[in-house]
Amino acid sequence: MSKVGFRDRASAAIKSKEALATAAGAKRFTERRIQAAESFPAMEAARDEAQRIRLHTLANLDRYLEQFAQSATNAGNFVHWATDGEEANKIVLRIAEESESRLVVKSKSMVTEEIELNHTLEEAGIEVVETDLGEFIIQLAGETPSHIIAPVVHKTRKQIGELFAEKIGVDLTEDPEELNAAARFYLRTKFLEADLGISGVNFGVADTGSISLVTNEGNGRLTTTAPRVHIAVMGMERLVPTIRDLGVMLEVLARSATGQALTSYSTVITGPRQPDDADGPDELHIIIVDNGRSNVLGQSTAEILGCIRCGACLNVCPVYRESGGHAYGTTYSGPVGAVLVPSLLGLQDWGDLAQASSLCGACLEACPVRIDLPRMLIELRQRRVAQRLATPGLRRAIKTYAAAATRPTAFRVMMRAGGLAARFRPTTSGWMTSLPAMGKKWTSTRDFPSPETRTFHQRWKKSR
Amino acid sequence: MKQSVVQLFVTCLVDSLFPSVGESTIAILEGQGLTVEFPFDQTCCGQPAFNAGFQKEAKSMARHIVEVLHDTQGPIISPSGSCAEMLTHHGPELLANDPDIAPKAREVASRVRELTAFLVNDLGITNVGARVEEQRAAYHSSCHGLRGLGIDDEPRQLLQQVEGLEFAELPEAETCCGFGGIFSIEMPEISTAMLDSKIENLMSTGADVLVGGDVGCLMHIEGGLRRRGIAIQVAHIATILRKGNG
Repeated sequence: MSKVGFRDRASAAIKSKEALATAAGAKRFTERRIQAAESFPAMEAARDEAQRIRLHTLANLDRYLEQFAQSATNAGNFVHWATDGEEANKIVLRIAEESESRLVVKSKSMVTEEIELNHTLEEAGIEVVETDLGEFIIQLAGETPSHIIAPVVHKTRKQIGELFAEKIGVDLTEDPEELNAAARFYLRTKFLEADLGISGVNFGVADTGSISLVTNEGNGRLTTTAPRVHIAVMGMERLVPTIRDLGVMLEVLARSATGQALTSYSTVITGPRQPDDADGPDELHIIIVDNGRSNVLGQSTAEILGCIRCGACLNVCPVYRESGGHAYGTTYSGPVGAVLVPSLLGLQDWGDLAQASSLCGACLEACPVRIDLPRMLIELRQRRVAQRLATPGLRRAIKTYAAAATRPTAFRVMMRAGGLAARFRPTTSGWMTSLPAMGKKWTSTRDFPSPETRTFHQRWKKSR
Repeated sequence: MKQSVVQLFVTCLVDSLFPSVGESTIAILEGQGLTVEFPFDQTCCGQPAFNAGFQKEAKSMARHIVEVLHDTQGPIISPSGSCAEMLTHHGPELLANDPDIAPKAREVASRVRELTAFLVNDLGITNVGARVEEQRAAYHSSCHGLRGLGIDDEPRQLLQQVEGLEFAELPEAETCCGFGGIFSIEMPEISTAMLDSKIENLMSTGADVLVGGDVGCLMHIEGGLRRRGIAIQVAHIATILRKGNG
């Protein structure tokens, strides 16, 4: 168990500015997603197709990885394999050193957050500048993203204005256009001076060796074309078999993530600059990162690797909305984080994330590739029980209850006992304001119904 | 399916905490000319153990309830979308690899109906002749009935036909109230925050009564309203549909 778990972090976040801003943003994203889906008659069919593509890719991942690496090499890329974050960071650092890079511009990438790449580069004295507006704000604030696609959803315009005034010396404003212009101005010189551009990969295309990136700010294109060297860091599961499959994925991704029919900039890059090209990097490196993923492939939660990082499950999740993304304590938050993180990093330290759900099912309903998140949360809870990580009080309660529920006479006695006990603790309203032991966790904020003095079983027997 | 006889699966929460909901369910079904039987050895659908990850215990509970319900005839009616969903989907899943019971679990699942879905979809009835004193009602869509069984319009149709009841749409009706069974005790702070959001939405409707189809969610919401001293009534839909029907 981590010393401070989800419950403590979430409790501290409730009703905070951060959580309220998150809830408002999450609701806006959800409204847009629903509108986009409703205005696209083929949405459900596209979701089915996207799910089929992702599951097929995962089932044949070894083959598609090999094909991707071969096609990408043929296209003139350097392909690297990293078993974990440390190895991936070392490869990046080596490329940075070999290319004598002093300044790195980055476009938004969750996998580089996961492996804490910026930290490694900065320790080596290399300046790293995040160029996605949200990530740029996060970097100025010294924070981590609280949402997969909207890293700064937890901040208000006012907070961002104050941050810009303090960190990049612009006049205090809350106007989004002015703030945006200030960031553009600041970043423009960075793009021009940068030696190395680092991006993530939304999808790698196995048959062409292409990498695809979607952004709404154009920063992805500058990151991947202006500097001399481009490194794309890709989670090993982010493949689709063909360009045609990529089209399907981009259709559901944009609609599910931001409610757009298509993201403003959908880029497909196949290799570095060619002799006839006007621009582009001299070298393009693709680092394929495992970092626990091949271990997840063998688990009952393997389907989570089908995730396309749209954030729709975060936006609909009432737990995420109330607690905010930072309560999850790691890169991936919301329902996808609650499944992915314990699967990647183990139940001992991260298993409590699997409890952070009322199993309401809103995530499954929203997921463009129909990942059965509630089922996998239950799978993780089953593993916790098997590893004796469930709380002893809960274990006792469930075992006692199950023993009674499989013995009808014992069950009826147990149900009647509640009514008997209630007779000794009469209430005027029929509701109790305090319960002992585990019950306190309910009655600290809610009344609990006093058991009826006669159970339904008793009433039935009497009436017939 | 022979429909003159129906079985009542009352659920453990109704059994011990809200037995009158079971009695109202019987009254509504009898009002439709049905004979209601109550398999007396019924206990719990196993969902508390299943959701908490106690698979062995969930299986033994599912096995028991399947054995009890298998030996009956007619639709199995439950005043709970959540327990009906457990018997419909997760029971057969849990028992799929036990050849002696798997077919029985699937047979039981095929007969299980949530009360409002049974009235509207199987019997084709939206007006059960209920009438109440003039009041404004909001409806909370409980998650498992809504997303697991697709129950959404059925309770609304029934409520709209109740004489004296003015129907108010609850904003974010489909958002979880934070009950989630064990979740409400394992994560009490987040559960309560979700409840507070639900109550805030409820207050905005000006409703006199909140109606729902699952006593789990309803006792969570009512417990919250009572603690906060808010005088909005909470009622299971069976209680409302029975009114004026004796």
